[in-house]
Parts: sequence; structure tokens; C-alpha cells
Amino acid sequence: MNYQFEFGWLCEYYPQIVKGIAITIQLIAVGAVAGIALGIVCAWVRALGPAWAKPIVAAYVELIRNTPFLIQLFFIFFGLPSLGPQLSELQAANLAMVVNLGAYSCEIIRAGIQATPKGQFEAGASLAMTPFETFRHVVLVPSLQRIWPALSSQVVIVMLGSAVVSQIAAEDLTFAANFIQSRTFRAFEAYIVSTAVYLVLAILLRYVLGMVGGLIFPRRAAR
Amino acid sequence: MIEFTIWDILRNLLLATRWTIVLSLVSFLGGGIVGLVLLFLRISKRKWLRALAKYYIELFQGTPLLMQLFIAFFGLGLFGIDVPAWLAAGLALILWTAAFLGEIWRGCVEAIAKGQWEASASLGMGRLQQMRYVILPQAMRIAVPPTVGFSVQVIKGTALTSIIGFVELSKAGTVVTNATFQPFTVYGLVALIYFALCWPLSKSSQILERKLNVAHRNH
Repeated sequence: MNYQFEFGWLCEYYPQIVKGIAITIQLIAVGAVAGIALGIVCAWVRALGPAWAKPIVAAYVELIRNTPFLIQLFFIFFGLPSLGPQLSELQAANLAMVVNLGAYSCEIIRAGIQATPKGQFEAGASLAMTPFETFRHVVLVPSLQRIWPALSSQVVIVMLGSAVVSQIAAEDLTFAANFIQSRTFRAFEAYIVSTAVYLVLAILLRYVLGMVGGLIFPRRAAR
Repeated sequence: MIEFTIWDILRNLLLATRWTIVLSLVSFLGGGIVGLVLLFLRISKRKWLRALAKYYIELFQGTPLLMQLFIAFFGLGLFGIDVPAWLAAGLALILWTAAFLGEIWRGCVEAIAKGQWEASASLGMGRLQQMRYVILPQAMRIAVPPTVGFSVQVIKGTALTSIIGFVELSKAGTVVTNATFQPFTVYGLVALIYFALCWPLSKSSQILERKLNVAHRNH
């Protein structure tokens, strides 16, 4: 192997990389917050919601979980405009990530809700709370706490999956790497650098999610 | 302009589905073999072997599959090999699958009660014998549902190989879209084909898990 590694392009192209990182972070921030919110609503419907809505949510979850993210993205970006809404690359990428994470987090959160002891619901009812109030004030937070590690892993998986949005020309980190390799012909180095950045982002994201978990969930009281 | 019927579109997509299936099988089998090696490294008695496997798994689980594909595609080229897309796709998917299967299976092996290790050691079995006759037969039962479940991820992962130019279902979807200008229909059909491949696996994974739990409760 007589290949000379060359990272000199980093000086010239680092603004592209920084911009790519910023967009990747923006994508996962919106995706995580809106996706988990959607997941909570769907989980409520599947576990406790009205009977007519359950099969609809179930179909959504199964459909998303059994098709590749890339195809969901293409369908939203290329396919949806024929029905009307014209989305920009970034909007389509955001929407695809929210829809994707919504389905996965629905299943995870539902498991948390179903693991709630029955007495909690009964206790809420005996305090004259409506079922929704019981869900909101009694069941939800401990349920989320129970499944927070699994949910965090899923958010990291979705962040790594977001590399694909470069395929619809959303200018994320992978897009920056593609751009740089097309300019400098240093494909291997460009992808090594961006892979390392993704690894750091994944580790940071796991750390941040751990901290968020520590903030929103009260310390587990001694039982 | 040529008119394309739904059947024209579907036929072309189904022809390409063969390659999705072949690549999934190769990745899953190859990944299973490498994953088994990783499993043995991960539970080895030597610390550096355990660390090696741990970092391998961290690396492959902490970076996007797309990047791994790019690096395989361009990295192999550095050795002066003319890399066809199928080779890079197969290699990257095998290594990626191995990282996940290795970690899933480690969890299953660790779920086996410690007494089983002690009992087999007290019968004078070596490490390999313990694994072969005592641990793996029990761990395999627990491992089936998550392994089947992960095969769905492998099938979905093969969609990314379209980006480095391997012609499978997703790539065929793009090509057919460019010919027919019907992205809604084509990507809808592509999604349905993926669903038809993945859903039975997801469901059987769930059913297997339920069965296994029932079996456990009766103990």
C-alpha cells in the first residue's frame, strides 16, 4: 500500500464540517424532542387510548419499524409532493426523523406504561382523577424513567441513521464529507474524519441524554 | 413517452429484491460467524481480548452504517484492489452485523446462571467444553427471539448499500422512479416489499419471545 494520507484539506474545509455538525445536531434535537412527544401520544393511545385509534397507531408503528429509514425519507421527500405539500430538504429530513423515532419510541414507552403496577391507576382513580389525569400526573414520569436507557439508545441509533439524509441533499455532516471528497479526491480521509466526528457525537449524545434523565426524573426514593 | 403499468414497475422491483435477499443472507450468515468469534473474545478470560472486542463493538455501534460502507468502499481501494460495490457492501454489512449479534449473544450468555459455570467447572470441563455442552445450548434458546428480531435490522441495513451503487431494491426504486416519474407509487411499492420481507420476521420474533417467556414461567 503506497498511499500517502493527506489531511491538509481540513484547514480549508473545516467550516463545511462545522456547518454539517450543526445541522446534524439540529436534526437530532428536533427529531428527539418531537419524536419522543409523538411516541408518548402514540403509546398512550396504544396502552390506554380509545379503541378505534389503536389499530391506526399499531399500523403506523408496524409500517415504520419494518421499512428502511432511507425509503421513508425518499417517500416523504419525493413521493409526498405529488399529494400537495412541498417540503424543503431539511423539513423532509426533520419530518422523516420525527416519524421514525415516533414509531420506535411508541413501542418503548408503551412497554414502560404497561409495566406500571395496577395499583397506581387505582390510586389515581381513588383520588377522583380522570384516567387522563392519572396518566399525566401518576403514570407517565415513572414510565419514562423505567425505559429511559432504552429510549436513549434509540435516539442515538436515529442520530447515526440521520447520515442518510445527505441523500436528499440535506446538508448534514455526511453531506459535508461527500462535498469535500468530491473537491479534494481525498475520499478515505474525509470519511474517516466524519466517522470519528459521528463517534464523538454519539458518545456526547449518550452523555447528554443521561444528564437530561437525571434532571427530569426525581431520584428513586427508597422503597 | 413510454407508459409504465404498475406491473412493469413491480416486476422490476421484485427482480431487484432478489439481491436484497441475497445480501441480507450473506450479511446475516457472515455476521453470525464473526459475531460468534466476537462473543468468545468478549467473554474471554484475557483482559485485552475482552477490551478488543468491546472497542470493536463500540466502534461499529457508535458510527453510522453509511460511513462504514463508504470507508469499506474507498478504504479497500487504497490497497490497489478494484472494489466492486457488492464486495464493499458485503464486507461492511458483515462487520456491522457481527458487532450487534456479538453484543446480543453476550447478553444471552451472561443471562445463564453462574452456578451453571461453576457446576460444569467442577465436573472438570475446560472453557470450550463448558460453552459447547452447558452454556451455549441454554443461551441459544434465549438468543433466538432477539436474533430473529435483529435480522430485520439487517434487511433494512441493506437499503443503504444502494448509496455506494449496489443495485438492490432501494436502488431499483430510484432507477424506476427516474424512468417513470412516479415517486409516490414506486417508493410506496418499495416500502411494501420491504414490509413484506421484514414483518413476518418481526412477528415471529415477538411470538417466539412470548413462547419462551411462557416456558420460563412453568419452570
